[in-house]
Amino acid sequence: MSAPLFSPTRIGALAWNTLTELTRLKVFYFLLIFALLVIGNSFFMARLSFEEEFQMLKDVSLGAMSIFTSLIAILATAMLLPKDLEDRTTFTILAKPVPRHEYLLGKLLGILLLLAISLLVMTGLFLLVLWLRQEAALAGLRAQLTGEDLTRATDAIHAATFNANLLPGILVIFIKAALLAALTLMVSAFASSAIFTMMITLAAYFIGHLQATAREYWLEGIDIQWWTRGLLALLALLFPDLQAFNLIDDIVAGVPVTLSLFAQTFTLGLFYVAVYYLLACFFFARREL
Amino acid sequence: MKRAALAILLLLLFGAARLPLELHLAAAQRAAGFRTTSLDLPLRDQIGQMSFVAALSGFRSLVAALLWIESHNAWADLEWGRMAGLFQNVTTLQPRSILYWDLAAWHMAWNASIAALENKDQPSKILRERAQRQYWELGKKFYEDGLKANPDSAELWEKLAILQRDKFEDHAAAAQAFLTAADKPDAHGYVRRMAGYELAKVPGRETDAHAILRAAYDRGDRQPTLLRVLRELEEKLGVPTDQRIKQTP
Repeated sequence: MSAPLFSPTRIGALAWNTLTELTRLKVFYFLLIFALLVIGNSFFMARLSFEEEFQMLKDVSLGAMSIFTSLIAILATAMLLPKDLEDRTTFTILAKPVPRHEYLLGKLLGILLLLAISLLVMTGLFLLVLWLRQEAALAGLRAQLTGEDLTRATDAIHAATFNANLLPGILVIFIKAALLAALTLMVSAFASSAIFTMMITLAAYFIGHLQATAREYWLEGIDIQWWTRGLLALLALLFPDLQAFNLIDDIVAGVPVTLSLFAQTFTLGLFYVAVYYLLACFFFARREL
Repeated sequence: MKRAALAILLLLLFGAARLPLELHLAAAQRAAGFRTTSLDLPLRDQIGQMSFVAALSGFRSLVAALLWIESHNAWADLEWGRMAGLFQNVTTLQPRSILYWDLAAWHMAWNASIAALENKDQPSKILRERAQRQYWELGKKFYEDGLKANPDSAELWEKLAILQRDKFEDHAAAAQAFLTAADKPDAHGYVRRMAGYELAKVPGRETDAHAILRAAYDRGDRQPTLLRVLRELEEKLGVPTDQRIKQTP
């Protein structure tokens, strides 16, 4: 009888261990900065009208969530494999009957767990601040208005604060961070140092946001030199289209996201994660430790 | 070296495999109103290199929010020209945000225009009035540009109508904008009535005004202004007594 390709117990143990290691790396201090940012932002906004206040709160908070999850994904993942190699933990783990693809999957799931917890905490804090500010605005209105005016103003406040589109927007922030984590893991699987991995992935992050522009110039018959077209094709094929995961910019502006569009975006993200993981396995399998 | 070449080759193969998916998703996202913002070089000059890079890196709404906060500081210092420039950048970064267009237009057409009219540093009344009108025009331009990006926004059409009515006193244009707003799905119920009030002030359009306001009356609206304007129109148009509205609501 052949051994199963994956052992959930071993992967679970590796993922949990990775999560514990990452929390010890003080990566959660990012969350503290985020909390201060949101709270500071909320105090400043006492000077704005309630509609502006809610718009700013959503813009700044969701933007900060996007920045911090992306940073955590890149920085924390880049350090995983080099740290294990340096501590010689890799040799201990791989000397036991743990295949390399399981080791990488455990690492990836650990970082995804950290990203999910971080995003959950940030979302909780963001929604709490939004709710507190909403209640403060409603209390002010109740003291000033009555009847139909109050109903209209209350509806306006509710429309400006919570809407169903925020949740898919936050989930897309998560899948973008997961993509970046998988990309970083892939680079890390053949890179010689954590710094090299960080530099390559950060470069990929910036280029990835311009990938769609490169793709358009390559495919849409715009009059450019053949070698420029070739270079743009190379960029479009090598780098992920990160603009596809920036729905939150338009969601906070009020653009509704359909379930189908969200599902397509999320699925593309999962596809990227799966392929980058498989490529990481491929490179790591051939790597001499 | 061999490993790097292999890595690039595999990534290229993956890129070719995902290309149709990305193209399909990009088209679907554009059709749904996402990814419509274009960040060009003039914007880079206006908002600075760092902000431009941040906007390109997926933090467009965050940069817009920070610029908006900066515009509040400009407002506190009564720097109207700087405010206008900042509003231009914010609306370029977030063209789908109705709030930014609306407030930018309002600040220009109402606050900045009054400040220009009351500018103690300008002794010439003619020049002060000209500056005032320029700010009205700027406010109108914000509404019009906002409507290019959000043609279905009843709120922006309604606000444009109010600007035409209260500042330019162009009642025909105001009525047209109110009517366009009234046809949008999220329009307030009173907007069509507002179009009627404005048309009542346009010579030659009394019949249209009467038709709109009479329809509102027949639906059960009994606002004092509605009754007053309807009676005036009935008088002006010579509506037969038996077809007129009741004297007491």
